[in-house]
Amino acid sequence: MSVGLAACGDNVGPVDSSNAPSSHGSKISGEFHGAGASSQQSAVEAWIATYQSRNRNVKIAYNPSGSGAGVSTFLTGAIAWAGTDAPLDDQQVAQSQSICASGTAFDVPVYISPIAVMFNLKGISGTDKHLNMDAATIAKIFDGKITNWNDEEIKEQNPKVNLPNEAITIVHRSDKSGTTKNFTDYLKSTAPDDWQHDPQENWPNDVGQAAKGTDGVISSIAQANGTIGYADAAKAGNLGTVSVKVGSDYVAYTPEAASAVVNSSPVRQMPKGSKRVVVDVDYQTQAKGAYPLVSVSYAVACPAYKDAPTGRFVNSWLSYLVSSNGQKTAADNTGSASMGGELAQKAAKSIATIQAKD
Amino acid sequence: MTTNPPDRQQRQQAEDVALAAPRHAYRADAIFHGVALACGISILVVLGAVVLFLVARAWPIFALPGSQSKAVFESLSGGKAHGFWQYVGPLVFGTVVIAALALLIAFFVAVGVALFITFYAPRRLATPLNYAVDLLAAIPSVIYGLWGGLVLVPAMHPFWDAVSRYLGWIPLFAGPAANPPRTVASVAVVLAVMIMPIITSMTRDLFAQAPRLNEEAALALGATKWEMIRLAVLPFAKSGIVSASMLALGRALGETMAVMMILSPGLTYSWHILQASKSQTIAANIAAQYPEANSMGVSALIATGLVLFVITFVVNLAARRITAK
Repeated sequence: MSVGLAACGDNVGPVDSSNAPSSHGSKISGEFHGAGASSQQSAVEAWIATYQSRNRNVKIAYNPSGSGAGVSTFLTGAIAWAGTDAPLDDQQVAQSQSICASGTAFDVPVYISPIAVMFNLKGISGTDKHLNMDAATIAKIFDGKITNWNDEEIKEQNPKVNLPNEAITIVHRSDKSGTTKNFTDYLKSTAPDDWQHDPQENWPNDVGQAAKGTDGVISSIAQANGTIGYADAAKAGNLGTVSVKVGSDYVAYTPEAASAVVNSSPVRQMPKGSKRVVVDVDYQTQAKGAYPLVSVSYAVACPAYKDAPTGRFVNSWLSYLVSSNGQKTAADNTGSASMGGELAQKAAKSIATIQAKD
Repeated sequence: MTTNPPDRQQRQQAEDVALAAPRHAYRADAIFHGVALACGISILVVLGAVVLFLVARAWPIFALPGSQSKAVFESLSGGKAHGFWQYVGPLVFGTVVIAALALLIAFFVAVGVALFITFYAPRRLATPLNYAVDLLAAIPSVIYGLWGGLVLVPAMHPFWDAVSRYLGWIPLFAGPAANPPRTVASVAVVLAVMIMPIITSMTRDLFAQAPRLNEEAALALGATKWEMIRLAVLPFAKSGIVSASMLALGRALGETMAVMMILSPGLTYSWHILQASKSQTIAANIAAQYPEANSMGVSALIATGLVLFVITFVVNLAARRITAK
């Protein structure tokens, strides 16, 4: 259904003249299923629409059931690929041996999105309105140590803004979420003194309100004055967003600024599975114009499939996702950051080795 | 009521007719008896099947060694609970508090509306009111959830704020009131609106059936209208009102979507109904956690479902006790 809608929508990027990305020179046809992270959903819909318009005999469906559910389904062998916000853990890698024709499953980044800290404050919030905050301030707010908008620490960083005497209500995710993990990871690595909780998918403290899903967080923030929360930046809408202090500057989120940090972040050395490409986002970056608060979302695939058409499909499909065309399609449709340079090359190299084992 | 002389007479007559009936009437009786029995037993079978399913699916989590089940509950609760009872306890508390508050609000309004429709409203107003109540009962809970979450909740903050300011000395209303008020209090109000029509429509029918003779007798003895209602109508309808309320309480206990869409969940035993992230209900928790849970997580959630089943069972049992008197 959503596929049909996306194909009909006028927001789908035009089919450019580049060649259809089909590997091995053979025509790909059939029905293929994926499942996983809901953060990727809009991007995957755009990818499916574009990919299917070039490969008319392919039908693709993606079930945004959540990262955890997607990986578990993948590990039963029921789907061709999975989307996940968190890289595979060792146990999952080991488990994948039974469903892959040879070797173990690997993950490559496909979707990079800035996470925005957004707020609703009468007279101050609005599209393209920003408040300046450093990581320590954000950490103190989200840990309940700063409870009012006219707190000295916020005022100091925003001398030109007339901050109201209004209580701060923080809004966080009630469900397990990769966004929460990335956000807490950022706070822990940039403001360890003010944020003592370990990075995790569940929200760690009892401050503020909880809402289910990205949409739940956004609508809760929109409902009341004085709220602040974190979510996928593409969904910020009319809310104000926080410019984060990097080095000596305050940087607002943009796809380019998010790309900058990911493309300069180191790729983790994986003890197992040489094909894995996992990014250690450099949250502490001091690079000019980089926005460090990003989430990197992965696709999980086998190096070889027991079913030959599936292998051919996954090879061609994931190659498209990490190609510059694919990244551009996602960026145009969701406001995500394009992955480029060495990282994209590494991902493409891993994907190219996917075999269709007969 | 059953011992009225005319009633007994009628039954005697019916028995006489049955005795005089031809043989095939006995066969028809036997068949009807069989069908009725089968229907009755099928209820028991379905109930038994539900219990069996719940126990069978919940079993793995109880069979798991302590350290592993601890990890499951820590993952489900974000590290706040380390065992089954620690996890389900606050959920039971939240479920019961929210449902009880909803019933408390709905009960008086519902009985009031029913009284108004039957005894006070002019005919021209009563008919559309009847329709409206029946229609309210037919609205699906997601719609209530949407309306509650998008319209009622943001609009209610000034009210809750005032309540916490003036009645904050009562622990129940301790402030500061959450903004947006995605709290136990707001959920209770939405659930009350949802269950009110069930109580209203049943009590209304009961009031309409109150024995006319008793009503007239009370009036003839000089009772006012309210005294007549108190002496002749309410005692007659009492047990029916209780069953209607229990039916409504059942709906409130099991309500899922509306709660999930409105409440900011938390896992504590807190009476502060105006503060957010304090409580959560079992049903909403299952719906919220199910998609991301692994197989052991699902098993743990089904175990909480079993607890909800027991709660509703106990509530019904209590209602039987009350109405039996």
